[in-house]
Amino acid sequence: MLLSIKNLHASINGEEILKGIDLSVDNGEVHAIMGPNGTGKSTLASVIAGREVFDVTGGEVMYKGKNLLKLAVEERAREGIFLGFQYPVEIPGVSITNFMRTAVNEVRKYKGLDPLSGGAFLRLMEEKKKLVELTSNLANRSVNEGFSGGEKKKNEIFQMAMMDPVLAILDETDSGLDIDALRVVANGVNKLRTKENAFIIITHYQRLLEYIVPDFVHVLFEGRIVKSGTRELALELEEKGYDWIRKEQER
Amino acid sequence: MESDQNKIIGEVTQSDYKYGFVTDIETEFAPKGLSEETVRFISEKKKEPAFMLEFRLKAFRYWSTMKLPGWAHLDIPPIDLQDIYYYAAPKTKKEYQNLDEVDPELLATFDKLGISLEEQKKLAGVAVDAVMDSVSVKTTFSETLSRQGIIFCSMSEAIQNHPDLVKQYLGSVVPYTDNYYASLNSAVFSDGSFCYIPKGVRCPVELSTYFRINAAKSGQFERTLIVADEGAYVSYMEGCTAPQRDENQLHAAVVEIIALKDAQVKYSTVQNWYPGDKNGKGGIFNFVTKRGICKGSNSKISWTQVETGSAITWKYPSCILLGDNSVGEFYSVAVTNNHQQADTGTKMMHLGRNTKSTIISKGISAGKSNNSYRGLVRISKNAVNSRNYSQCDSLLLGASSGAHTWPYIQVENRSSIVEHEATTSKISEDQLFYCQQRGMDAESAIGLIVNGYAKEVLKQLPMEFAVEAQKLLSLSLEGSVG
Repeated sequence: MLLSIKNLHASINGEEILKGIDLSVDNGEVHAIMGPNGTGKSTLASVIAGREVFDVTGGEVMYKGKNLLKLAVEERAREGIFLGFQYPVEIPGVSITNFMRTAVNEVRKYKGLDPLSGGAFLRLMEEKKKLVELTSNLANRSVNEGFSGGEKKKNEIFQMAMMDPVLAILDETDSGLDIDALRVVANGVNKLRTKENAFIIITHYQRLLEYIVPDFVHVLFEGRIVKSGTRELALELEEKGYDWIRKEQER
Repeated sequence: MESDQNKIIGEVTQSDYKYGFVTDIETEFAPKGLSEETVRFISEKKKEPAFMLEFRLKAFRYWSTMKLPGWAHLDIPPIDLQDIYYYAAPKTKKEYQNLDEVDPELLATFDKLGISLEEQKKLAGVAVDAVMDSVSVKTTFSETLSRQGIIFCSMSEAIQNHPDLVKQYLGSVVPYTDNYYASLNSAVFSDGSFCYIPKGVRCPVELSTYFRINAAKSGQFERTLIVADEGAYVSYMEGCTAPQRDENQLHAAVVEIIALKDAQVKYSTVQNWYPGDKNGKGGIFNFVTKRGICKGSNSKISWTQVETGSAITWKYPSCILLGDNSVGEFYSVAVTNNHQQADTGTKMMHLGRNTKSTIISKGISAGKSNNSYRGLVRISKNAVNSRNYSQCDSLLLGASSGAHTWPYIQVENRSSIVEHEATTSKISEDQLFYCQQRGMDAESAIGLIVNGYAKEVLKQLPMEFAVEAQKLLSLSLEGSVG
């Protein structure tokens, strides 16, 4: 099992957000996590990535057979965990080229590889740009500075392609995207899908799942996964709405 | 979380000074302390003409009547000016014909600094005038330059070989009465660099000086004079390091620039004098007066500085915009860490018509340090249609550092426009997490963010310097969070 989460509890400022999450993800799988606002979807993503503002108060997370919770944020990243941010931050004055080159070479260093030369790096960038259909000249601009919502999300997918992760978590990457941008994002994921890597796709809407076909769909509600199924679950949710889950839970 | 951040800052900002070695070279000192005798001793040692001795003595007598300035936002411990050697020359001083004749230990010092003269000579096409404890070791490329009529030599040589130029310009921008430290410098300066670019000549290489304070308890008082004649252009780079010592060392330099009609001078500094240890012990007191005058019309002077070192920095590279349509620029990055203090900025004095000035200042404070920007933009009555744009940004790392901004603006006519923008920010936890999620540790993340923050200034530096400056910025902070 690539990722195994058991009875995970996490809180922020003393308020419990995750109340016992169980989730197993294997290589080659795509999992979708759906659910209404404020139920802990983004918190789950942040906790897997290791964001320190969240306190893990119980449970365990194993990744590649290691205790993930003991690893620092950057170690998790170097071990192949990628988080596509819901709100990517701006880093003024730092070009995407420079940002990615630093990131890629840090990971290479961790793996005992020599840093990529300037030329080799630029070739890699061109290749990945093509792969994710990034046609604009984003790479010369400062990281996310002045980007439109769509540009930010495309940039996240481009970075995902560059980092070549084992486990990619996309946190509401589809929110606020027009249909073209949505397709770029989805195509990127589909092209990067292999038997070796896995994806956790966090989304509000079924829409993205028309383009990225998940193997499993989970419904996260009030800090727990209350329902798991296949693609049909997403369609059912779309049809019946989250009230259906709420009512079921109240029963 | 705050405490976590402070911990990270603590860990990553307290790296050791990497240039803290002492070179064991026999040194010849002037008698310790400051008196008319010391001044005469220095002048005599250097076999100076009478006008120089007179200049020094006038400065000394004036200085004797002055009091230490107290207006800067600095906490300066008392300096015993009688406990300083005012002249320390490596005893082995000879006229070097080529680098092979230079004391190998001296060259090794430069190697440690990563500025091997050999390498510089071959690779960069940079003419280096290296000043170690006040006497120029070797001026390279002089012959190449002299073919174009460019004079680039030590100040001592200039006084011997070009006394007319020195007499005409020395003290013409920074008079010996200017301020406490400039007066002191005028009295006891030991050496420095002199540069003259003749009419219409564009200097083909970046001129470069490396200063390094070596002897214990010595002050370093350089005097630099750059004259760009009509239509001339020169780019001048200055870099500084000093060994690690427990006591404080005084560095009080004066730099004067004169740009005649249509001339352009670009002056770049990367300063990483020893900043003292983590507890604020030792370090260089860097009290420097730098000023340029755009004397002729359409002339331009541009200052770029990256200040990462020194225990205390007190420095305001300024421009007097006398010629019509002349342009003054000031680009600055000042980093303070641990207990460092910096009070730095610029003065733009608009006197001519249609004069323009730009000020971009980026302050970065970490640890328990204090970083102040102090600037004056003065547009006089006759400087009609003048413009100034100022941008002063401060970046705070951690909860114990301070950033301060003191902009002074005086406008005496109605046709001029002055703009001032200022921001204060922190490196956000979001930015840091974003970088770390891409595999960077806190150190490289902060290095990256800070370099991005300072980019507007760094891009002004000559290529050779920009790379060094970027490394220095990361090194001085070695990561820091806010």
